[in-house]
Amino acid sequence: MLSRDADSLYWLSRYVERAENTARILDVAYRMASMPISYSEADTNEWESALITACGIDQFRALNGEVTPERVIEFLAFSEENPSSIQSCFNTARQNARSVRSALTSEMWEAINSAWLDLRRYSTKKIDVEELPRFLNLVKEASLRYDGSAMRTMLRNDAYWFSRLGVYIERADNTARVLDVKYHVLLPQDAEVGGGIDYYQWAAILRSVSALVSYQWVYHQNLRPWLVADLLILREEMPRSLAACYGALSRHLDDIAHRYGLSGSAQRQARSIHARLVNRNIEDIFQHGLHEFLHEFLAENNRLGLAITQQYLG
Amino acid sequence: MTAQVIFDEMNGHDGESRAAYRVLQEWLASAPPQLLEHRREEAELFFRRVGITFAVYGNTEAEERLIPFDIIPRILSGPEWAHLSRGLEQRVKALNLFLKDIYGPREILRAGIVPPELVYLNPYYRPQMHGLSLNSDIYVQVAGVDIVRVDNKDFYVLEDNLRTPSGVSYMLENREVMMRLFPDLVAKQRIRPIENYVDELLGTLKSVAPASSPREPTVVLLTPGSLNSAYYEHSFLADRMGVELVEGRDLFVRDEVVYMRTTEGLKRVDVIYSRIDDDFLDPLVFRSDSALGVPGLIAAYRAGHVAIANAPGTGVADDKAMYSYVPDIVRFYMGEEPILKNVPTWRCREKEALSYVLDHLHELVVKEVNGSGGYGMLVGPHSTAEAREHFRTRILAAPDNYIAQPTLALSTSPIFTEKGLAPRHVDLRPFVLSGRDGVRLVPGGLTRVALTEGSLVVNSSQGGGTKDTWVLSE
Repeated sequence: MLSRDADSLYWLSRYVERAENTARILDVAYRMASMPISYSEADTNEWESALITACGIDQFRALNGEVTPERVIEFLAFSEENPSSIQSCFNTARQNARSVRSALTSEMWEAINSAWLDLRRYSTKKIDVEELPRFLNLVKEASLRYDGSAMRTMLRNDAYWFSRLGVYIERADNTARVLDVKYHVLLPQDAEVGGGIDYYQWAAILRSVSALVSYQWVYHQNLRPWLVADLLILREEMPRSLAACYGALSRHLDDIAHRYGLSGSAQRQARSIHARLVNRNIEDIFQHGLHEFLHEFLAENNRLGLAITQQYLG
Repeated sequence: MTAQVIFDEMNGHDGESRAAYRVLQEWLASAPPQLLEHRREEAELFFRRVGITFAVYGNTEAEERLIPFDIIPRILSGPEWAHLSRGLEQRVKALNLFLKDIYGPREILRAGIVPPELVYLNPYYRPQMHGLSLNSDIYVQVAGVDIVRVDNKDFYVLEDNLRTPSGVSYMLENREVMMRLFPDLVAKQRIRPIENYVDELLGTLKSVAPASSPREPTVVLLTPGSLNSAYYEHSFLADRMGVELVEGRDLFVRDEVVYMRTTEGLKRVDVIYSRIDDDFLDPLVFRSDSALGVPGLIAAYRAGHVAIANAPGTGVADDKAMYSYVPDIVRFYMGEEPILKNVPTWRCREKEALSYVLDHLHELVVKEVNGSGGYGMLVGPHSTAEAREHFRTRILAAPDNYIAQPTLALSTSPIFTEKGLAPRHVDLRPFVLSGRDGVRLVPGGLTRVALTEGSLVVNSSQGGGTKDTWVLSE
């Protein structure tokens, strides 16, 4: 296929995935902020932490100054000045979709186009904090619909694989960042810290990657910080974990290599990162330093993105 | 020509229902009153969701607009179509022979049929095409000929559109919508199918591949990009044909061979279905400031390593001054009388015609020789004195740039409005495909309709709409 088309598909999926991630981050901030005051007074910077996770704190400060819930919502959900705001993501996604329409199935195009039309209605007026959950739900549904149509209607060929690569690179990046921003609450402790603010923070992390219930099914015990990290980094059965993302990345890169009869540095990098994730255990990671581990991972994930671009999309 | 009572496609001149419309009329009479309104809303929703939009230049607010779709079909009988399609085939064959001659031996100029300056001074004449022998001898693979009628006998050609005619995606989507919305009505009569257009187009394009290309030539569709007003159509056609939709930057010429950049490296291209104006095709040969084209493309074309459809330089045969010579062109090459009529045309470049035009501005339609899309046009009877004065100055400044035609009493066809059915003026653009193996035509075309009461301008950029066009089996 055309390199430009593959590039558009890759970024289309990345932007839809990014919009969904931002929606989840906002959703968690909203929940935390609406908790009873006794829980939240210890940590009132939930909105700020949403900005950090979404990689936008510096830009936000430059544009808005003080962090208020309304401004953060505006910035992360609607701002045109923020290229990663939900609205901007859907604008870019739709532009990419338009330029690559012949490589999309009509279901995928309709998912993007109707989401874009629906979401545009919200941006024309200032959103009320009360209305936020409905908006975020719409975003999540749009992403589900896009992803579902891709899975159910696309031919299993390079177009499909390139679009999946975009999903998993973006998803791995997001999971790692969610963990990194909260790593201080995950620092291992001897005793179980029940209840209180920590509990809500851990739950929030899980919720932001849609894994609160999965946690119970995997571990059958109360929330423990290192298990939260274990679930999100090493568990392949957890669809947003780094290991699961890399399983999928190396599988789809191999699919491409197999079809084209040619393998390159993208395949090698993905396989090696995947192997390292599979062979680690969580104690190791904590010993090495969770923050250092995540930091390295984010850099490697980024390098793989560049390698894919160089090998196929340039 | 100057019939005062306007001919209606459904009701003729005298309100008596015409045979092709009988089933539709019965159906309309029995349909519950709310049904049409509901169907109209559904149709609009469909077009919006599917994203069948077009961009209007210089109109940032309505960046992407829907072309209004009217749910009442326009119907042609079998014999009407048979006559029309014979005429179209004859005309397009003659125009292809004309182009081959103009860029070759120029017999028609030597015979004194067409004035040489109309060719050589024409902005669409491409000297680069001269002496080039095309493998297929076909210059115009896709023509979108605009047809109008004023009574139940004759069809008139309004324009030949030999460069990059658009609208065929609407023809196909309109049918799709009608089949979804009115399955019972569609099933009541034998409407000839048009869905094979895309196959015929691909067959036509493959048939003109260079002799050196493999048995299965690689075809691509070249678009100016997603900001172009017809981009939806480009992606639609590429998708339905299963060919890559490329922009200039995806193509690349090495050793006079055209390649596209793919995820598997470079891939050779044999046929380019170009939807870019000649001017922008190759910055080394045409406009050097073009960022849309492919440097070296014309060299590859001249070397016979790639086919371009339509060929560069076809515009010389479809400007409005050359138009008036087409009946002579048909006689010259085909040795037959033209089956389709031309609208009588005054060429302002001729002195007598000029003075007639200036004296009759209030009753004529004046057009720029190279204009398109309904821009740069004066519709005399609907114009203000001020607009006529303005045009008079413009014509006098450059008479060669203008032609004038009588205001035709274009036929009408009913559309669905809030107040029920109402007649509006229509035209028809059938798409004529010419390949090495002959002419292909699907029965139908795009019916465009002027939605404003009394208006004669059907162009989508000027508020026109479209309808599905049914050709009944004989």
